[in-house]
Amino acid sequence: MLEYIWLIPAFPLLGAAIQLFFGRRSSNRVVSAVSVGLPGFSFLWALGCFIQFLGLPETYHHVFLRPLYTWLPAGAFHLSNGSLGNLSVNVGMQLDPLSCVMMLVVTGVGFLIHVYSIGYMAHEGGYYRFFGYLNLFMFSMLVLVLADNYLMMFVGWEGVGLCSYLLIGFYFLRKSASDAGKKAFIVNRIGDAAFLLGVMLMVVTFGTLDFHWITEAARSGQFAIGSGVITIICILLFIGATGKSAQIPLYVWLPDAMEGPTPVSALIHAATMVTAGVYMVARSNALFALSPTALALVAGIGAATAIWAASIGLVQNDIKRVLAYSTVSQLGYMFLACGVGAFTAGVFHLMTHAFFKALLFLASGSVIHALSGEQDMRKMGALKTRIPTTYWMMGVAALAISGIPPLAGFVSKDEILWQSFAGPYGHRLLWAVGWITAGLTAFYMFRLIFMTFWGESRVPHDVEHHIHESPQPMLIPLVTLAILSIVGGFIGWPKSLLGGEWFGKFLEPVFEGNPSLPSHDYGQGIEYFLMGLSVVTAIAGISIAYWMYVQQPALSDRVSGALAGFHRVLLHKYYVDEIYDALFVNRVKDVGSALAAFDLGVVDGGVNGVGWTTRMSAELSRLWDTWIIDGLVNVMAFIVKILSWPARIVQTGLVQNYAWFITVGVMVFMLYYVFH
Amino acid sequence: MIPTDYYIFLGTGLFAIGVIGVLTRRNVLIILMSIELILNAVNINLVALSQYFKSVDGQVFAIFVITDAAAEAAVGLGLIIALFRNKETVNADEIDLLKW
Repeated sequence: MLEYIWLIPAFPLLGAAIQLFFGRRSSNRVVSAVSVGLPGFSFLWALGCFIQFLGLPETYHHVFLRPLYTWLPAGAFHLSNGSLGNLSVNVGMQLDPLSCVMMLVVTGVGFLIHVYSIGYMAHEGGYYRFFGYLNLFMFSMLVLVLADNYLMMFVGWEGVGLCSYLLIGFYFLRKSASDAGKKAFIVNRIGDAAFLLGVMLMVVTFGTLDFHWITEAARSGQFAIGSGVITIICILLFIGATGKSAQIPLYVWLPDAMEGPTPVSALIHAATMVTAGVYMVARSNALFALSPTALALVAGIGAATAIWAASIGLVQNDIKRVLAYSTVSQLGYMFLACGVGAFTAGVFHLMTHAFFKALLFLASGSVIHALSGEQDMRKMGALKTRIPTTYWMMGVAALAISGIPPLAGFVSKDEILWQSFAGPYGHRLLWAVGWITAGLTAFYMFRLIFMTFWGESRVPHDVEHHIHESPQPMLIPLVTLAILSIVGGFIGWPKSLLGGEWFGKFLEPVFEGNPSLPSHDYGQGIEYFLMGLSVVTAIAGISIAYWMYVQQPALSDRVSGALAGFHRVLLHKYYVDEIYDALFVNRVKDVGSALAAFDLGVVDGGVNGVGWTTRMSAELSRLWDTWIIDGLVNVMAFIVKILSWPARIVQTGLVQNYAWFITVGVMVFMLYYVFH
Repeated sequence: MIPTDYYIFLGTGLFAIGVIGVLTRRNVLIILMSIELILNAVNINLVALSQYFKSVDGQVFAIFVITDAAAEAAVGLGLIIALFRNKETVNADEIDLLKW
C-alpha cells in the first residue's frame, strides 16, 4: 500500500473532477455516493499505509520517501555561500510520524465531515458543487501534508486557500459571504507571499527544498544557533503560518469565514486547513530550533493570539463566531507550544483540537439546522430536551476544550501549559497567559452551552414548531467525534499521571536531534500543582458561566452594563477590522483611486488628445479637399460647361431642326456659287 | 410637245413643296409623304432631262428611285409604328432622341 501512497490524494481529486465536470447532471444520491465514498477510500488507504508504516524496520522508521517524478529540474546555480547547488524539485510523497498524524486527521475527520454534509446540505442548491469543492480541498490538504518538499507543500497550501475561498463564498449570492471569501483570500495572500519568499531564501541557502535534506543540513551543525539567514527564513515561514493559521496580525479573516456552510467551518476553518501553519512550523522544527529569536516570536504571537481571541469570544452572540474565535485562540496555543520548543505538544493539541473543534462546529451546525438557520444565541435557549443527542455531544466537546480530565483537551492543553512553563524556551509569563486563556475558554464555551441549551427558550414562535433532531448522517459523525474527543487524549497521557506518552514517542524521530537548551527542572510537585490549578480554573470558568447565564440570567447584563466601555470594545473585536480598514484597506483603495484618476486623467487624456489631434487634422484635410481639390476640378468643369453652351443649344434633338440646318446650309452654298 | 422647262419648273415646284413639307409639318407621316414628293420631283427631272439629252440613263435611274422609294416607305412606316409604340406620338417636335 505504501508504494501507492499517492492514491490517498488521488481519490478525492478524482471525486472533485467527477463532481465539477459531470456533477450538475447527477442526482444528489450519486453525488454523495461518489464524493463521500472516495474520501472514505482515501481514509482506508491512509489507515493501511499507516499500519504498514508502523511495520517497517526500525531503520526506515523515521521517514518513508516515495518520489513520483522530477517536477522542476532547475539545474546548477550558485548558492548564497558561493558553492554550486543543483536544485531539483520532485513531486513526491513523504511519510513520517508527523505526516502520518496529519494524514489520518485529515482523511478521518474529513471523511466524517463529508458524511455529515450529506445530511446538512441535503436541501441546499449547488449540492454537487459543494462536494466537488470539498473533495478538491481534501486533495489539496493531502498534498500539503504528504509533500516531501516545501514547493509541493506550497502547491497544497495554495490549493487549500483556493478551496477555502470557494467554500466561504459558497452562498455567493449573499454579499457578506462573497466579501468574506475575498477577505480570506487576500489576507492569506499576504502570508503566502512571505512563505514563498522564505522558500526562495531556502533555495539559495540550502540548494534544495526537500524536507529531508534541509532538516539534515540544519542539524549538521553548519549553521550556528541564532544564524541570521535561518532566523529570516523562520520568520518568513511563520508569517506564512500566521496567514493560514489565523494568528495576530492576520487572524481577521477567520471569524468572517463563518459565512461558509457549517461543515466547511468544521473541516477547513477548525480541523484541518488552519492547522497547516502549525504543521509547517512543526515540519520546519530543525530550522526553528536554530533560531531562538524566531521561536520567541512564535511563542509570543501564539500566546498573544490565544488570549486576544479568547477575550473577543467572551461576548460574541453568533454561535459560530464564538467557535471561530475559540479556534483562533486554540491555534494560538499550538503556536505557543511550537514556540517553546514543544512541537510534540503542539501537534498533539492540533490532533485533539481537530476532534473536539470539528465536533463543536458540527454540533453547532446541528443546532442551526434544528432552528432553521438561526445563529444568534440570544434567540436560542432550552434546547437540551429538544435536541438531546446534539446537546450531549456538544457538551462532551465543550468539556474537552475546557480541559476537564480525562478528556482529550485536558491532556493536550495541559502538556502545552506545562511545556510553556518548564520547556526549554518556556517562560512563566507565557504560562500565565495560557493559564488565563484556559479559564476564559471554559467560560465562553459554557456560556455558549448555557445560552443555547439551558435557561428559558428565547426561540421565536414560528421557529419553535420546526425544532427537530438532525438526521442520522449528521448524528453519526457527532457521536464518532465525541468518542474520539473522550479517548483521544489517552494516546498521549502524560507520564506524571502514569501514562505512556505513546504519541510523543511516536513523533520523537521527527523532532529529535535538534540543538536545544535544557528544560527547566521544576520537579513533579510543581507539575501536579499547575495541573490542578488549570483544572480548578476550568471548573471556575464553567461555574461562573453557570452562575451568570443559568442561575442569575440578569447578571450578565449587569456585568456588561458595569463594564460598558470594555464590553463594547470586545463586541467590536477591539475595532481591529476598522483599524485595518483605516490603516491598510482604505490606503490601498486610495492608491487605487489615485491610479484610477491617473488612468482617467493622464492615460485616457493622452489617448483622447491623440484622438482629438487626429480628428482636427482630418478636418483640415477635409477642408482642403472640399475647397481646394474639389474646387479646382469643379472650376474646370464649370469652364467646360460655359464654353460648351453654344454647342449645346443647337443640339435640340429634333429632326426637323437638323433638316432646317441642312436646307439653309445647302441654300447658302448654292447662293454662294450662284452669286460668286 | 411640252418644252422641257415646264417639266423642270414642275419638278422644282414639287421639290419646294416637299422640302417645305419636311421642314414645317409636325406629323411624321406627312413628313414621309413629303419625302415621297421630293423623290418624285427628282424623278420628273430625271425623266425630263433624259428626254432632253436623248439618253435612256435618266429613265433607268428614275426606276431605281421608284424602287428605292417603295423600300423606303416600307422601312419608314415600320419605323413610325415602332416609334409610336414607344413614344405614343407621331409628332416630330416631341421626339428629341437625337439630343445627347
